[in-house]
This record gives sequence, C-alpha cells and structure tokens, in this order.
Amino acid sequence: MTKIVTDVICPFCGTLCDDLEVAATDDGKKIIEVYNACVIGTEKFLHSQASDRVTRPRLMQADGSYKEISYDEAAEYTAQMMAKAKKPLMYGWSSTNCEAQSMGHEIAELAKACVDNTAAVCHGTTLIAVQDIGLPTCTLGEVKNRADRIVFWGCNPAHAHPRHMSRYSIFPRGFFTGKGHKNRKLVVVDPRPTDTAKMADIHLQVTQGQDYELLNAFRVALKGEWLPDVVAGIPKEKIYEAADILKSGRFGIIFFGMGVTQSLGKNHNIDEAIAVTKDLNDYTKFSIMPMRGHYNVTGSGEVMAWQFGYPYSVDLTRGFARYNPGDTSSIDLLSRGDVDAMFTIGSDPGAHFPFNCVKKISELPSVCIDPHLTPTSGVSKLHVPVAFNGVEAGGSCYRMDNVPIDCRKVVEPPEGMLTDEQFLIMVRDRLKKMKGVA
Amino acid sequence: MSEYVIKNGHVFDPVQGIKGDKAEVAIKDGKIVEKAGSGAKVIDAKGMTVMAGAVEIHAHIAGPKVNLGRIYRPEDKLFTCTPTKGMERMGSGNSIPSTFKTGYEYAKMGYTTCMEAAMPPMFSRHVHEEIRDTPIIDEGAFPVFGNNWFVMEYLKNHEVENTAAYIAWMLRATKGYAVKVVNPGGTEAWAWGLNCLTVNDPVPYFDITPAEIVKGLIEANEYLGLPHSMHIHPNNLGNPGCYETTLDTLKLAEGMKANNKFGRESVMHLTHTQFHSYGGTNWGDFESKAKEVTDYVNKNRNITIDTGNVTLDETTTMTADGPFEHHLTGLNHLKWANVDVELETAAGVVPYIYSPNISVCAIQWAIGLEIPLMMKDPMRCYITTDHPNAGPFTRYPRVFKWLMSTKAREEQINAFKHKDKVLTQTSIGSLDREISLYELAQMTRAGPAKSLGLGNMCGGLKPGMDADVAIYNFNPEKPVANPDDIEKAFTRCAFTFKSGVEVVRNGEIVSTGHKRTLWVNAKIKDNPQVVRDINEKFLKYYSMTQANYESLGHHFVPNPFAIEVDAT
Repeated sequence: MTKIVTDVICPFCGTLCDDLEVAATDDGKKIIEVYNACVIGTEKFLHSQASDRVTRPRLMQADGSYKEISYDEAAEYTAQMMAKAKKPLMYGWSSTNCEAQSMGHEIAELAKACVDNTAAVCHGTTLIAVQDIGLPTCTLGEVKNRADRIVFWGCNPAHAHPRHMSRYSIFPRGFFTGKGHKNRKLVVVDPRPTDTAKMADIHLQVTQGQDYELLNAFRVALKGEWLPDVVAGIPKEKIYEAADILKSGRFGIIFFGMGVTQSLGKNHNIDEAIAVTKDLNDYTKFSIMPMRGHYNVTGSGEVMAWQFGYPYSVDLTRGFARYNPGDTSSIDLLSRGDVDAMFTIGSDPGAHFPFNCVKKISELPSVCIDPHLTPTSGVSKLHVPVAFNGVEAGGSCYRMDNVPIDCRKVVEPPEGMLTDEQFLIMVRDRLKKMKGVA
Repeated sequence: MSEYVIKNGHVFDPVQGIKGDKAEVAIKDGKIVEKAGSGAKVIDAKGMTVMAGAVEIHAHIAGPKVNLGRIYRPEDKLFTCTPTKGMERMGSGNSIPSTFKTGYEYAKMGYTTCMEAAMPPMFSRHVHEEIRDTPIIDEGAFPVFGNNWFVMEYLKNHEVENTAAYIAWMLRATKGYAVKVVNPGGTEAWAWGLNCLTVNDPVPYFDITPAEIVKGLIEANEYLGLPHSMHIHPNNLGNPGCYETTLDTLKLAEGMKANNKFGRESVMHLTHTQFHSYGGTNWGDFESKAKEVTDYVNKNRNITIDTGNVTLDETTTMTADGPFEHHLTGLNHLKWANVDVELETAAGVVPYIYSPNISVCAIQWAIGLEIPLMMKDPMRCYITTDHPNAGPFTRYPRVFKWLMSTKAREEQINAFKHKDKVLTQTSIGSLDREISLYELAQMTRAGPAKSLGLGNMCGGLKPGMDADVAIYNFNPEKPVANPDDIEKAFTRCAFTFKSGVEVVRNGEIVSTGHKRTLWVNAKIKDNPQVVRDINEKFLKYYSMTQANYESLGHHFVPNPFAIEVDAT
C-alpha cells in the first residue's frame, strides 16, 4: 500500500515548487513515485533512495582510504578543527534549511570564522549591484497575475528552472492574464539559440560579453534617442522595437541569470539592468528578479543579513562582522591561502571552484557535510553524510522572490542518520565546551 | 523564579496613578505582587526613576523589507558592529540593526513589548523567524489588510461579516496581532504604477474607494472585538497639503464605538502622525498643520495616534506604501527597492538623510514635537519614530529630551541652518510645555498598552500585571542641570525586568529572558463562503499552495502567547 504526501516542496532550484505529490510506502520509509515535479526534481527525490548511499561519516586515512566513524567522533573532529583554526572558512549553506544555517552561524561566531554562501560564485554580483542602485521587484504570483511583458536575460529556464515558465512566467492564466501566454510578449537575450530563446517573440542574440552595451542601448532607445546602427551585434531597429514592446506593456519583468552576472562586466551589467527597470517605471510598471539557483541560497542570504548584516562573504575573524567581497569571498580567501580550515555544507565547491582552490581544500583540515558523494566530499578529510533536507527533513527555505516556504519531511532518513541541524548542534555544543562558553 | 523587591525608587505609574512617590514594587513568579517574600532580592532604586517596561506600538523591526534594508545597505553598518560579549551575540547596523542588536537595544532602554508594524501576510514565516531571533522583548506583528483582494472584494459589497471571518483566518494563519492598513487602495493601484491620493480615489479594477476600505475594516475589527483598533497609515503620506487627506481619513471613524473586552476605547489608531500633518502646496511653502490634526484628535476620543518623530539622522525609510517610496527616490535620487506582493500588498525601501541644514527636514522635526506637545490627553498619543522611517528607535531618549526640555528644543532650533523658516512655518517656538515623567509614562507605557488591548497585562505596575519594569538612573527630585542628562539616563537602564527576569543590569544584558510572540486567536462562526473563497484564490491566483501558507511550528513561533477573542 502507498500513501500520498501532498503539497511537497521541491528542494532543487530557486523556483521552489510547492505543489509536488509524493507516493511513499505506508511505513513512510521509501519513496515510490514523484508527481508534478520536473525531471531534475523527481531525480532529487528518487536519488535519496539509492541503495549504495553513504550513511555514516567517513574519515580519510593517510593512504587515501576511508574509515567509517560515528557521528559523535565526526562532531568531535569538526569541533576540534574549528577550535584550532585561526581563520576557518564555512562555505555553502544553499542546499540546507534556515535552521541549520542559524546553527552554523552560532558555530561561526564561536570560531570567528568566515561565512560565505554560493552567491559568491553566482548572484553575489547581483547583490553588489543591488547595494549600488536598489531593486524594484515583486513576488512570482504578481508575474502570473499581471505580467504581459517577460524578458529572460542571460538565463535559460527551459533547462535550469524547468517549471518556472509554466508556474509563473509565460503560460499560467492569472487574474488579469486570463489568456495565458497569448497576451504575453517574450523577449530573450542570449548569445545562444537556447530552448528558451526558441519560444521568444524577439530573440536578441547579443554578442558574448557585450550585455552592458546592449542594456545601455535599451536605456537610450527607451528615451527615443540616437543609436549607432549596430550595438552588441544587434541592429538598432530591433533594439527600438524591443524597447517599444517593453514600454507598451501594463506590467513587465526582467529575469536574469548567470549569463549576465558572471560574464564580462559582472555587477555593472546588473547595475545597468536595474537602471533599465527603473527607467521603464516612468512609462509603465516594471520589475526585475534574479533567477536564483540553489533552492535555499536566497534563505542563506536572508539569515546572514538579519544575524550579521550582510548577505554573503561575511568575515567574523575580528570578532565582529565585516564584508568586503573580493577580499572576504571564498575563492579569494582560498586562492590567497588565507584560511586554515575548510568547512563545507550544502554545496559543492569541489565541482565549481577554480582548480587551485580545490587543491587548497584538499591540503587543509576539511569537513564536508553533504548527503551526496561529491567532488568536495572527495577532497575533504571528513565526509559527514546527512539526511536529505526537503526529503527526509523539513525546515524553512526561501524562493527566488524571497518568499519563505517551509519544506516538508516526506520519508524517514536511513536509520541512525542525522539532519544538518542535528549534527551542527552537536558541533556547537562541543565547541562551546572547548571555548569555555556557558 | 526569583523574587525581587524594588525599594526607595520614584515610581511613575499611570495605571495606579502614582506620580513619582516612593513606593515598593514587588516581583514574584513573573508578576507584580503586593508583597514579596522575606527571601526576595532587594534592589535599591534610591534616587532613581521606576516605570513599567515601555511598549512600542509601531516599529519596523522584523521581516522582508527590514531585511532588504540590511541586505542593500552595507553602509549602514559602518562603525556600528559590536562583538560577541558575554550573553550578547554579535550585532551590526544603525538604522536597521541586526535582530540580536534590536532586542538588546530595546531592553537596555527599558522596552519590553514591541509591535512590528507591517507584516506582508505571505511573508509571515520570514517575520516570525526574525522575531524568534530578536531576544528578550515580547513581540507581535500586524498583517496588512488595506490592499488585500479579499478585503476589497468583500467590502465593495459591504460584507463586514465575511471580512471579519477572513481577518480571523488571516490572523491565525500568519500568527498576526492586529489589522494594519497602509495607503488603502493606493498600494494595489501601485501594482499598475498608479496611486490613490485621496480617500475617494477609486482603486483600479476593484471599484472601491479608500474610504470604503477604511470604514469596512473598522467595522470588521469591532465585529470581532480585537484587542487593538484598526491601525492606519492613510493615503497621501508625506506630501505638502496631506493633512486634508488625514482629516478626511480620521472623519471616517466618526460615530464608531469600540467593542472589546480589553478596555480599549479607540476604533482607529493613526500612526506616524508627523508624516500626515503637512500643509502648503510645495516644498517651498511647506508648513505644519499639527494644530489642525491634533485639534481634531483632541476632540474625538475614539482615536489614538503615535508621533513619528524625525530625529535628524541618516536612516532607511521602508513602508508598504509602494508608490510613496517611488516618489521619494525621485526626490532624493537614492537607491530604490520595491517588492509587490501578490493579492496582498507591496513595500518599498529608500535611504534618507534628515539633514538639519534642509528646511523641510527641520520643519518635519518640529512637527513631530508639536504633535505630542499639542495633545491634551497623553494616554492617546504615543511616542514613536516609526523606526526606521523618521529615525532609529535607539534615538527615543533624545526625543524624550526634546519633549521634556524647552532648553533642549531651543538649542536644536538655534542649530538649524533655516531657523527662521522653522519658526514661521511651525509653532514650535511658542510651545513651552515640558512633558513630565508621568506623562512620559503615559505616552510610552500605559497609553500604548491600552490602545493595544494589553492594558491589563503590561504598561503598568499594578499587582497582577506582568513584571516588566524599567529603572532609570534619573532622579526626579533634582533639577535637570543639562538636558543631555535626560538622554543619557534613558539610553541605558540601571535595571530592566522582563516577566520577572532581570535582563539588564547597569546597562548590560544579563539574561536573554523568555521572549514571547503575541498573536490573536479570534474564534468566529463557521463561514463556508469565506473558506471556499480562500481555497479558490489559492488554487487560481497565489503562487504557493494554501497548505504551505500558514506559520506553523516551533521554528517559527517557539514561544507563542495567544490572546483569545470569541466572536461566535
């Protein structure tokens, strides 16, 4: 027999779909089928059921082999590492819940660590731009109910956020958008002819690395001023046409992704994109939203901000919070050799950081807390597998539009496995004792 | 729990009518009692002022827009970060302090109960996570209703009962405390880039006016008998000449009577009145209309107000009045953040510098002080800075100084670049009233507690009430040599007790207490229509499911205190 768990939240991408249904065995131990999710989300749930899953912490030995140890021993090792280190780096946080993040911040405060999340290599540039110029944005339901102009700039939701277009941005019929996609105009800006671009009314195939120029040209075109014949590979007629489409809408939004945040220009691209949005508000209503990747990277930024004051790249080594991306951000800290211990949770720098940084991680005392086997767990001295958050543990998470949604526990974790938060509490308690804090 | 007896202090308690007499205050099991046992710890408050813990009726201290302010203003942290210290976690921020710092600062100033003034219902879980991380102080949060689709659809047909049923559902789902209204109708219009500037401007599509929304919400509020009245930020905030809209809004409460079991007499609370008391037609002939507004409020006993004092600081404005923040960024060209929230509300954030060298800012400062000085009944006028909009809450002691000392006011007026303009456009120069400590206790304790329906629980020192006590190093028998002494004394308590726990000693945190989240659980008759409407809206228009909407569970509200209301 099976039971169906409804209103399940998908712990994969920033779209944070919350309408999944999961069929589980009656004893609540095994997932049988996942409904409503995209292929990636489905795989995330089913992957947790793998029979060869690692269920106990493993400590790397001198010869490179692993020795299974208990959670107690793992917590002791982690606490010792944090206590001894002068400047440990605690990186990740984006694939765990806000309660675990909170607990991690307590540890960071005790150990005077650097705390950083995956925004450092993703939408950190967006945050810098927001600190420069602000951010007119909205919730995704506003897009569903009102938007008739949609721009995807440097992002490809068809593959990266598969249900975004059907749930929020292009196809849904909302309150003022009863005709669904028929009364929405879609503009896609991407140097590649992606599957998202194929659906566009206008695809602007911008020359790679020239997004800033094109955004700037948009601001000129909105004002009806003179443009050269071609900007960033786009003929001016097409720019004027696209600008008119945006201006003539009732409610529009720009979604943007890593194509603009991490290409040439970085935060300056986003500065300009936000300026375009502000300018458009002189004619109609316009918003802009980053397409956040991990399902709870937004939450990590929120928790860090309300506890320390900054959304990422926080350095607590002086006993109070400092923030200076480029100096206190993970890649810079690692590549300069500034940190003497590496603590990774809920992300995979081993797969995404430059090779010299990954090499540094492998040389440092290091702990990786992750349910999966990843390149990071492979280079870390200690791998602590934990329950899958959002599948085997609940907890608060934030969608890309900052809306908090409480993840659900669907099935029990394998016997004896701890959640992120439970393990971090063990580490904190030990660290408090070592530091002599009541 | 420990017992305490506070001896020899000068007690100011409007609830019992004690005006500075030396009286004993005894604490046992978290409550004020007639007499403590012989083993009680004695606190010698000789030469000190003893009051109940202060009650904050309106501040933006938790939630999405506050945190957006923190995220997008790293500059607000400059020189404000504090290290871990004893019990205290790290802190940061001036106008938008981190949650921990917020709790500590309030407690150190003797505040023990605070209300978060605008909670976007869809973000209630975020608000509660921040409240959870704000130590010591009891907190409640007001969900916003003034631009809610359900409310507008029901009130278009004057369906008060359905509106009330919806409010009851919403308070339960969001663990909310009261009915907040911000720019009624105007914020919905802002979703199309428009606004409602008078109480009669129709809301686009919904075909209802702000006046109908306000009246209907007052009626629904009294139908339920909620502890607090409808709490309003009217239309047309911050514009020259806006006082007329304010008076139009206040008139909507005429003839309405409070209905509740909590001792509340008001039906409307007008918040940050300073921002709504402007005359003139432009920034050049900008002038105070504090007299017109306070004259009206003085005459109508069913209205309470708070001040919204400008403190002449660099700060961060944030409000659910989305169109206003867009207007403001057009004025000062500082960075603009905006969030529109589906079916419910919106919010905007813009930094602002209230410079003493700008005539408008100086006039705003004067208006904020005129209002409490012109109000005849201190039990109906409460001191706020609409934190952080007119200034950070940490400046309350400075506002007290200005109110309690004409000398301090004169010093400030003389320091203004456009002193003459301040004197011609306002009547601050001719007001010689000085607020007494008793009146201060009314304006910061007994008054707001009564308006919030908490008059039997906090804001006073009567036996049976919660043992929230603030002891200030301020001797009321000695003449004030220097007005700055007032500010200094009220900045750091000698002692603060929260629910009978000593949380502050000599201005330092000694316990993080047992913080509670206050919310209102209103029971109503079954209303299948409203249940069906809610289901339908979630199925069709919300971007999340109804089952995931509620703030449920220990990680959101670890220590709830529900105030029960029965409207069946």
